[in-house]
Amino acid sequence: MSVLDIHDLKVEFPGRKSTFVAVEGVTLKLEAGKVLGVVGESGAGKSTVGNAVIGLLQEPGRVAEGEIFLHGQRIDNLPDKEKRLMRGRRIGMIFQDPLTSLDPLQTVESQLVETIRTHMPFNAKEARTRAIELIDAVGIPDPAERIKQYPHQFSGGMRQRVVIALALCAEPELVIADEPTTALDVSIQAQILELMKKLCEERNVAMLVITHDMGVIADITDHVAVMYQGKLVEYGETKQVLGAPNHPYTQSLISAVPRPDVRINRFPVVNYIEKAGVPTKHIDISTHWLGQSRNYEKANGALLSIKDLEMRFETHGSIIPSRRRYFHAVKKVSFDIQEGETFGLVGESGSGKSTIARLVTGLYHPSGGSILFAGQELTSLKDRKQVLAMRRQMQMIFQDPFSSLNARMRVRDIIAEPIKFHKLASSNSEVHQIVADLLDHVGLGAAAGQKFPHEFSGGQRQRISIARALATRPRFLICDEPTSALDVSIQAQILNLLKDLQEELGLTMLFISHDLAVIRQMCNRIGVMRHGELCEVSDCDALFDTPQHDYTRQLLGLMPSLDLLSRDKLQAV
Amino acid sequence: MFGFAIRRLLQAMIVMLVVALLAFTLFRFVGDPVNQMVGIETSIEEREALRERLGLNDPIPVQFFRFVTDAARFDFGTSYQFRQPVSDLFAKRIPATLELSFMSALFALVVGIPMGIYAGLNREAALSKLFLSVSLVGISLPTFFIGILLIFLFSVTLQWLPSFGRGEVVEVGSWWTTGFLTISGLKALVLPSITLGLYQMTLIMRLIRAEMLEVIRTDYIKFARARGLPDRIVNFRHALKNTMVPVITITGLQLGSIIAFATITETVFQWPGMGLMFLQAVQNVDIPIMAAYLLLTAFLFVAINFIVDILYFVIDPRLRIGRA
Repeated sequence: MSVLDIHDLKVEFPGRKSTFVAVEGVTLKLEAGKVLGVVGESGAGKSTVGNAVIGLLQEPGRVAEGEIFLHGQRIDNLPDKEKRLMRGRRIGMIFQDPLTSLDPLQTVESQLVETIRTHMPFNAKEARTRAIELIDAVGIPDPAERIKQYPHQFSGGMRQRVVIALALCAEPELVIADEPTTALDVSIQAQILELMKKLCEERNVAMLVITHDMGVIADITDHVAVMYQGKLVEYGETKQVLGAPNHPYTQSLISAVPRPDVRINRFPVVNYIEKAGVPTKHIDISTHWLGQSRNYEKANGALLSIKDLEMRFETHGSIIPSRRRYFHAVKKVSFDIQEGETFGLVGESGSGKSTIARLVTGLYHPSGGSILFAGQELTSLKDRKQVLAMRRQMQMIFQDPFSSLNARMRVRDIIAEPIKFHKLASSNSEVHQIVADLLDHVGLGAAAGQKFPHEFSGGQRQRISIARALATRPRFLICDEPTSALDVSIQAQILNLLKDLQEELGLTMLFISHDLAVIRQMCNRIGVMRHGELCEVSDCDALFDTPQHDYTRQLLGLMPSLDLLSRDKLQAV
Repeated sequence: MFGFAIRRLLQAMIVMLVVALLAFTLFRFVGDPVNQMVGIETSIEEREALRERLGLNDPIPVQFFRFVTDAARFDFGTSYQFRQPVSDLFAKRIPATLELSFMSALFALVVGIPMGIYAGLNREAALSKLFLSVSLVGISLPTFFIGILLIFLFSVTLQWLPSFGRGEVVEVGSWWTTGFLTISGLKALVLPSITLGLYQMTLIMRLIRAEMLEVIRTDYIKFARARGLPDRIVNFRHALKNTMVPVITITGLQLGSIIAFATITETVFQWPGMGLMFLQAVQNVDIPIMAAYLLLTAFLFVAINFIVDILYFVIDPRLRIGRA
């Protein structure tokens, strides 16, 4: 008998005016000791499936049709009290963000003990012994001591281990993991996935993994279900679904996944994904405002030259200088970026890559070293006019498309602001025209200017950010994780757009990402950062084929293997 | 944490010095103290002698230093109206005010916290909506009006409770008098405590409700539910404790203002506390009492804030480790 048996599930959220159907017609089966992946993009309803199984659908959601069985027992219509007793005892759940899923005011021990004692007839001492065993089992060293600590004393990866221990407290038959590694660095992700897989096999637990990440699916699942807009579009063995997808949506989804092992010219354009807006009106860049006065003087040598750049933040203040403590975010970093190339910076969180972007744009003032842009030393620039001129030449695209646009301004005003500020257009009507053309050019359509940012999806907002960055006619673009908050198909579109723009406008780019596969698609040369130091700089292909530094090799080795994925539609360069 | 406490203590002392300076300038600029102390027929020589004896001819820094050192020993001079040491007057009045403030703070917390929790957990329930509407009244009606309303209802119409004074008081120790030990004393406390505490109760209730709604949406509460923990543990051990940090801040500050601004309530109920005395002092330009009142309320505020800061450490382990 299968552990989990979902039959023709339909979940709906009744609203005041209409009922929103989040999931419809989903049928899944999961055996003990096996891993079933549910993959899809945001809004596909994959988390709703998980929540329906564990009985935690958000109000006013409800299971409208279908049945859910756990070991043959129907669970979707249990009374609330029995549902609660089933949670934790028979079904464990692992959440996405380990930083927020533990109560910050309780020790790890008390959270474990209370969960164990809720479900098992243990006294305090026995529960504590079991808690220590669990913490040991999830691979946290020195469990007897660490258990007394509070969540904030653990790193992100360690916290996720604690979360896993909590989910396994009462030996559940089924574990639901909702994006278990999305918030983690690639090296931690690999460890956590391995741990989950190991525990699953050892304890003969069935696991339902919900994720948007094809890498995770390829890595640990036995079966996979692909969801699109609340419906199951494809379901089968992981090998088969990823290697030879049948449904067009699965095919397009898989083709949009950036591969670390092949460099492709453009991501295949796929239907099935969100339309960007009105079809792009073609603009001839060479005669348009965007293309004009781009005749910047050719820089002598590199466009951007960074030498011994250093940045430290005070972590412990004191009147006495020798007692101050610093965190060195960037340590003696040097590299050059040639005109017209895309330079990639890759590293895990805390490696200092975003700090470099902020130093270059002048958001931080460096503690030491020099930044030479087009032959001009930026660190010693005092004159306001010169600073403005430099700022105009470099623009930045930020990671989070939701917080980087002013929610109270119309899109056209957001884009017009830099043009007006730098006085780049002679009249208001010209500004309007330029804004309309820019919106057309990034694929949103001029009509988008009337709207407010909240009316757009994440990918569309990132297009607005790009239009805003282009509005000063920059020659240097800094992209700080521009697609890491986006779904994979939208990511493909945005990366295509950035590539096109670079070609048309001859932009130089600094491209920052934690994702080696994305970096490979975008960059000519790559710098690998770790703990504020630049480990290795080399050409893109060389870095992937013959990595020099140990850390680079380690990073490459940790990437989830995407060999399973179908290669149809991809054209290698 | 020890270093933090020391730093806060130093800051508190600076605040107290600044307030002392303000209080001291009262003497200098609000009328001539000698004029307030003597009659019209006192001769200029006698005035001059008094001035000399009071030290008013000394340089200002010397006078300020003397003021501060005296204040540190609770010596605030002699009241102009009563011709008695100000500290003795305050000692007689403090128990009344403190007992009133204590009762109203207790009322605000004991009623406000459960109401807030209930309204936060049962957002849609009819009772929560009733709490919210009633609390709107508590916030928008001025204290004196509520006081008069309560007197009208419970003292005049129903004649259940006294409308003024402390009732019978019992002496405890050498100078403390308490109304807690007699029936009439307790009865007399009811109306003024509710009047004074109503606003704070509303505030605490609304704050806890808002914080609860916030915390309940967090991942760790969802995760706690997903582990099958009973509602009691989720709501009280996890949710309530996490709402406490901001609540303590506000409650602490409000406690200070209950004590400091009991003036209006004390006037409405003719409560023989410090507030009433302060109002009389203002009417009679009794500067020593005003200065002492100023210092005392500032001291209470600073002391309560200090305690609140320390309480953060007890509640939030992140601060404890981060600072250590």
